Order: sequence, then C-alpha cells, then structure tokens
Amino acid sequence: MVVGSGPGGLQLSYALTHLGVPHAVISADPAPGGMFRRWPFFQRLLSWTKPFAPFERGTRFYERYDWNSLIPDDDQHRAIQPRLMDGSSYFPSRSEMEQNIATFARETGIRVRYDCRWTGTSRDGEGFRLQTTSGEYRARVVVFAFGLAQPWKPDIPGIEHVPHYADTRAPETYAGKRVFIIGKETSAFELANGFLPWARQIVLASPRPTQLSVVTNSLVGVRARYVQPYEDNILGGGVVIMNASIDEVARSGDGFRVRTTRSDGGGSLVFEADDVIATTGFQPPLGDLPELGVVSSGREKIPSQTPMFESISVPHVYFAGTATRGAPGLKKNGIPSSSGAVHGHRYNARILARHIARTYFGIDPARPTLKRDDVLGYLLSELSRAPELWHQKSYLARSLLWDGARGIVDDGIVPLQLFVDGDGPDGVAVAVEANPKAEIYPAVYVRKNNVVTEHLLPTNPLLDFETAEHRAQMTAVLAPLP
Amino acid sequence: MTCELPTDRRGPRHVPMATTRGELGDKLSSLSLFADLSAAELESVAHIVDERRFAEGERILRQGLSGSGFYVILSGEAIIRVDGQEYGRLGRGDFFGEISALLGDPPVADIVAARDLHCAIIPGPALEQFMVGHPQVMFRMLQSEARKLRTATRWRS
Repeated sequence: MVVGSGPGGLQLSYALTHLGVPHAVISADPAPGGMFRRWPFFQRLLSWTKPFAPFERGTRFYERYDWNSLIPDDDQHRAIQPRLMDGSSYFPSRSEMEQNIATFARETGIRVRYDCRWTGTSRDGEGFRLQTTSGEYRARVVVFAFGLAQPWKPDIPGIEHVPHYADTRAPETYAGKRVFIIGKETSAFELANGFLPWARQIVLASPRPTQLSVVTNSLVGVRARYVQPYEDNILGGGVVIMNASIDEVARSGDGFRVRTTRSDGGGSLVFEADDVIATTGFQPPLGDLPELGVVSSGREKIPSQTPMFESISVPHVYFAGTATRGAPGLKKNGIPSSSGAVHGHRYNARILARHIARTYFGIDPARPTLKRDDVLGYLLSELSRAPELWHQKSYLARSLLWDGARGIVDDGIVPLQLFVDGDGPDGVAVAVEANPKAEIYPAVYVRKNNVVTEHLLPTNPLLDFETAEHRAQMTAVLAPLP
Repeated sequence: MTCELPTDRRGPRHVPMATTRGELGDKLSSLSLFADLSAAELESVAHIVDERRFAEGERILRQGLSGSGFYVILSGEAIIRVDGQEYGRLGRGDFFGEISALLGDPPVADIVAARDLHCAIIPGPALEQFMVGHPQVMFRMLQSEARKLRTATRWRS
C-alpha cells in the first residue's frame, strides 16, 4: 500500500511493479505531480537538468546531470525531463516538472487511485487498515510518500494573522509595499528575490544566521539562484537581513507591527510592515501516525527512520519521497543526504522496493556475480560515474559481497550505513564523499570478519577517479579480499 | 519601514517580551551545557543545531570512521564501546564526539543507543565556529572536560 502520487510514490510504485510486488497506490490529488502542482511559488525548480551532458541522454550515467526525471529500469523511459524543456533555462519550470512526472506515470503505466484521501490508520493483526475516502484498505506493509506538504508556522503570538509561504499572492500585488519575511532559508530568499522588482523594502528575519550553499560547499544554505537579496543587503539596498527571534506580530492599521529580539544580544527592534509572510517550512501530513506510535524529530517533524526507511518505532511502516530525509545516514562532515529532492530520493525508492520484495514477498532481485579481475575496474568506474553515488554522497554505496557459494556478488546500491553497521559476509562498499573544503573524493569501506575499515582515496581536479594513483591505492585497499 | 532603537536606550515601554524558544530551545535550556544562555540565544542555538532520534542498537559514533560530529543527549541512554567491549554509559545532558571533532581525528570508541536516544548535533566542521560564537557553552564544556581529566588523573595515581 503506497500513499501519495508525487515523485516518491510514483518511483516506488514503478520499482515495485517491475519486481513483481502487488500493491495499490492512493492519492488525495486528482493527478500525479505532488507538490510540484503548486510550488515553488516563483515557477522554476532549484534542481537542474542539463540537456547536453558528458553522457548520452537515455543512459544510466546521464542521470547524474538530470536531477528531475524519474528512473526506469529500461532506457526507453529514461530522461523524460530534458525532452520537455525549451532551452530557456536548465532549471525546469514548475509546469515542465509536473508534465515530466505525469509523462513518466502515463508512459510506464503506473496505476493510481486519485481523489482518494487517506483519513485514518489502525492495526490489523500483523498489518494495517487504512481508512480512505473511498473505503478501507488492508495491507501488510504501508509506505507513506506524502511529501512535506503541510504548511507549518512556529508558535509566535499573532502568527495567526500572518500568511504562510503557501499563501503568497501574485508578486505585482506587493508593488511599493514593505514586506517582512519570517525565515532566512531558501524559500525566504526565493520570495525576496521575486519581490526585488516590486517591494519597496524587504526584511528577512530569523534567529539563525544566513548560510549560503556556495559557502557551506553543499546543498546546506540558500541556493545560488537566490543569493541576489543577500548581495542587495550587503550593498545597502532595500533588503535588510536580521538575526533575530520574532516575539510578536500584531495588526497595526492596514499593516503589521513586528516585535523582534536580536539574537546577538543587541536588544529589540520593532518593524512596521505592509505585509508579513511566514516562510517557516512545511511538515509531513502525519495524520494519526503519531497515535499509532510513529515518532518524529526536529522542527519539521519528519518521522525517524532506520537506514531502510522504516519507522524506528512502528515496524512495517515505511516512507518514500522527501520524507526519507528521516533516515539521515552517516551525515559525514555534517553534509546531509539529497533525500529531500527527487535526484536523491528516487534511488531510495528503488532500494526500498527491493527490500520490500525480498522481505515480504520472497522475491530475490537479480544480483549478478563478478570475476575478481573485474572488481577494480568496476568499482573505479562506479566511483567516477554512478549517479546514485554522486547524488547521494556518503549515503548510498555500491556493495560487493564475497559470498562463499556464489563467489563475488554485486549486491547493488545500498544505504552506506547498513553496510558499515551491519554484520555480513566479507565485502567492499564504495561511496563518493565530500568535505566542507569542497573536495570530492572516493571512499572505500572494506568489511573483513565483520570489522569495517575506512579508506579515503585522493580527490582529482577533473573528478576522474580512474587514474594510475587511484588504481594503485584501490588495489592495495582490496588486497585483503581474495 | 521604521526601525526603533534597541530597547535598552528607550525605556520601559519597549521591555522585550519573553521569546518563544520552541520545543528544542526548552529542552536545551534544562541542560547544564546551555544553562548560561539567554532566551534569544537559546532560540538561536535551537535553530543552529540538528536533532536526531536513534533506535535502540543504532551506532551514533563509529570507531575509526571519519567525519563525525558533536552530540548532546536530550533524552535516552547511550553505551560507550571500544573494540566491542562496553566501557560506560551516557545519559541526558551528557555529550560526546567532542574530542574527535576538536582534533579532526576519527573517534576512538563506538557510541551506541542503549534505547530510544534523542540528541542535538553540531557537525564536526561547524564546532569551532559554534564554540567561539557561544563562549559560555565553551566554558561549560571546558569545565566538564576538566572533571573528566581529574577523574582520569585520580585513576592513574
């Protein structure tokens, strides 16, 4: 049973179908696309698709340059997004993204019961009963792919007067206005950027100092596309960026009065504004899952998950799509996974489908074997090109197992955390990793007698990990494996 | 847009209201490490740190693996394990990972969740900036390290 018809639900349904796992998909929406049917507000995505890339469209390796297409097993349905783009930007428009997802669903024949809202959950022996607006479903395993679709506002006095990001009006209606934006993350900067040609003044305020992705050298922080308001602030234009907590928002005439306290101990400031908008994020629509025992963590209340995307507190409840951020993995050097975006979670869905097939349906997905002489070249090629490893750094890994009976088995793409923390046959897992100095390098984890050792290989300016140096170091690392 | 002057120059009408620290801010405020922070500073810290729940048996720090962080236990219990052998337990308010984060070396022990464990996290590369920006927290941490050193010295003598 899969709940949701955004990219997460559709990708999972595709993978389950191709493994032969019977399932149903329900969605409260009337059509595929999830949140892309409404947001981002300023019409273009943050995730790119390069129509021209070092690899041919329609190949697995091209996926590294196409963050937005869903991933089939065959070449025919690959790279749908670039087919739909008009060349004006390498960020698809929202409608191009919606079309991309709908095209994948249509061309691959994914069946979804639309206009069917999940309304309640209860236990049913080993499984669950799901109440919906179209009757009751029973399932042994449930996967929630409901996205972070519920606008959330913090508990600030007067916040009920403040529209959420989701309720932002057309930009021209802010012409000549003083706009106060609560929040300083990407969505705040997206709005501020869109208001630059309209608003008289823009204030962005929240307790945490602004982070920029080009400074953190990761996806953490405001993305490069929306840095313009930051520059405007630095140069003393009409944008004010403040580190302050918001104490109260009160109506004042036709506008608002916002009371703030500066986080650096600089006292309080009061702002008069014509409009206030809370860009304070979204939460997953958890419904009655907390009553079922599903625990969540953080401001966004994302369910806490095992490395295989299962609730840590309620077995057999799984998650797909953006909610898989609740399985953070090793988060080495503080760099998060890309599970919050399509280019990351599309691979999580494929892994989850294999897990469900194996665990609940006795279906063993194909795992080819390799000759020992081919191992070195295969691993270095994967490190240089595999889209799963490049999109999910320090998170997903290519794993080979030394299986007594079968020889060297390609165990596929697996969560790195499962490999390093789990017991199992001797083997090797390779991942692409990064550090805050913007270096990207291969990491090799060797498991021998259930002890895992880490080996970090050198970076390379052209990101070519098939050099003589890499071959020599990898040969030495693999030496303990026969 | 009008910006009024800071409260301390304006008189009683502008006395700031109690800030809403949020759920995490409240949890941090009850831990000795953060005891000296004002409400606004706590809210700021609550926005900077990460939060994570770990299932029983899950590893948090991994002996010999690079790239870890600094963890403060909000609730639950964790086991310190070296080469598979238990060396002690940590509880609410305790912290770990600081040695590895400060020195940039991989941890010398595993830390494993003994039961449902809830932690606040600062990634290793961000720890220096955080500590320098919050000297009261750094001082509390230093006191705690001094106590550990004293205990270790007594053991040896």
